[in-house]
Amino acid sequence: MLIKDRGRAGRRGYRLPEFDVERVGLEDVIPERHLRREKPDLPEVDEPAVIRHYTNLSRKNWGIDTNFYPLGSCTMKHNPRANEEAAKIPGFATLHPLQPEEQVQGALEVMHDLQGYLSEISGLPAVSLQPAAGAHGELTSILMVARYFEEVGDESRTTVLVPSTAHGTNPATATMAGFKAKEIGLDERGCVEVEELRAAVDETTAALMITNPNTLGVYEQNIEEISEILHDAGAFLYMDGANVNAIMGRMRPAEAGVDVMHFNLHKTFSTPHGGGGPGCGAIACSEALAPFRPDPVVEKAGDAYRLARPEKSIGRIMGFHGNFGVMVRAWNYIRMHGPELKDVTDMAVLNANYVRARIREKYRIPYDTLCKHEFTAQPPKGKRALDIAKGLIDRGFHPPTIYFPLVVKEAMLIEPTETEPKETLDAFVDALLELAEADPGELEEAPERAFTRRLDETRAARQLVARW
Amino acid sequence: MSNVPGELKYTRSHEWVREEGDTVTVGITDHAQEELGDVVFVELPQVGDSFGAGESFGVVESVKAVSDLYAPVGGEVVEVNEALNERPELVNEDPYGEGWMIKLKAEGSGDLLSAADYEKHLAEEAE
Repeated sequence: MLIKDRGRAGRRGYRLPEFDVERVGLEDVIPERHLRREKPDLPEVDEPAVIRHYTNLSRKNWGIDTNFYPLGSCTMKHNPRANEEAAKIPGFATLHPLQPEEQVQGALEVMHDLQGYLSEISGLPAVSLQPAAGAHGELTSILMVARYFEEVGDESRTTVLVPSTAHGTNPATATMAGFKAKEIGLDERGCVEVEELRAAVDETTAALMITNPNTLGVYEQNIEEISEILHDAGAFLYMDGANVNAIMGRMRPAEAGVDVMHFNLHKTFSTPHGGGGPGCGAIACSEALAPFRPDPVVEKAGDAYRLARPEKSIGRIMGFHGNFGVMVRAWNYIRMHGPELKDVTDMAVLNANYVRARIREKYRIPYDTLCKHEFTAQPPKGKRALDIAKGLIDRGFHPPTIYFPLVVKEAMLIEPTETEPKETLDAFVDALLELAEADPGELEEAPERAFTRRLDETRAARQLVARW
Repeated sequence: MSNVPGELKYTRSHEWVREEGDTVTVGITDHAQEELGDVVFVELPQVGDSFGAGESFGVVESVKAVSDLYAPVGGEVVEVNEALNERPELVNEDPYGEGWMIKLKAEGSGDLLSAADYEKHLAEEAE
């Protein structure tokens, strides 16, 4: 039921004092052409109805604040409330994006600091905080690569290489930036097949988009050799930073030859996310690509901070200064952890390996080596990932990502994150082991305890109703 | 075991080919539709488009995944199965019949598998 349907005409949740000034008609002060013809159709409800409506809606929601949420590739970790407090400070929360620089020095300082922190974590000298989310960071990076080749007059660079494990946004990015996406296969460990890459790289290659660790949760051990292959051909190595939660503080991408990468500040550095934002897909890049960063970046001149347009900028990609609230949270998160940020990485990797080791007795683990922060599993033969996922809902857990990455049949991509204690992991594993034994017929009925039963995804896709 | 009609030829990427003179009809195999699950959308090329053997000629989307479709042989598209716009489920229901996708005026023969070789390929993939 919509909030509108709960109301009655004239019902209110407030009482205003009697008028004690002269009444003035709206049409006397606002030109007629600006007046709306019909009154807005607003809900007319009392306060208890509003509270109940939204409280009940929130109870139908499954989130990290209610349940364990091992949604692979998404890093659904706990979001520290200290971040929220920082973002709520009126000096940040009430700023207007058009305020002059001298009035927003504190906010610019936060952005400048954060640029420095991301530079330190990546080993790359230049940063832009502008992109609104991960895929936007990818696109920004590849547009910068395109602009670089335009600038040096190299028209032969028409192809961007993408491993078969890549997020779907990688080939989409390459295509949107005007390149042809070409897929590279995997070796038996689940890593980029180096010889296939070597054969594919030539003078038409603009970049390889690599995710490290990749979407199987496997570290790309040949990354240095891969970067050499690309650099020898005059191409760039782009790193999709979706999985930085598995490496930060332990591996600096620049030292492995990465030229440009993005971060998902909302994932790795903890902002409530999922459902479409806001996010921040900050990028870091080498000196060669730095002049092409989007406008603006924050610079420090003497004691003052100012917004600047990089020399050969690809231009604006986002309104105003980007999603500033996410930057404050990321700044706060990094400052809270300080040099111990690497403990986050270690614990994320340990938790994933613990779950992997425990479910191996019943689940198949393709590419079964020490994983990073996540891993893929397959249900026992004859069982479907979809049924296991729905069964988990009845047992109080958010399902893992299923049917991704595409290179693993019936894939379940499990990312426990570092913020879960052993008891939660054990309870999750116990549920998975029980589901491995469950009668498939029984699982087809799941979920039975959620507020809605199993959705007909096929019908929803074939007969899409996009408005009501 | 999925259905592999003996009179058709196949690709390793799970397309089937029916040869009728210099025109070939192309679809995806029973095994492919089984693996994809319920097909919800099929994006096909336009009549007159040309593809080299092994080039992507369209996209099939199921509830699980989006997959490229690869031209088994090179050639020009002479007909596409418009019925799939309204009824993508035909790919699941009748992959070798009403679920066909395009007809190509073939140039060359491509690197195709016999039914027996395709079954062997399926057995290898299952390992």
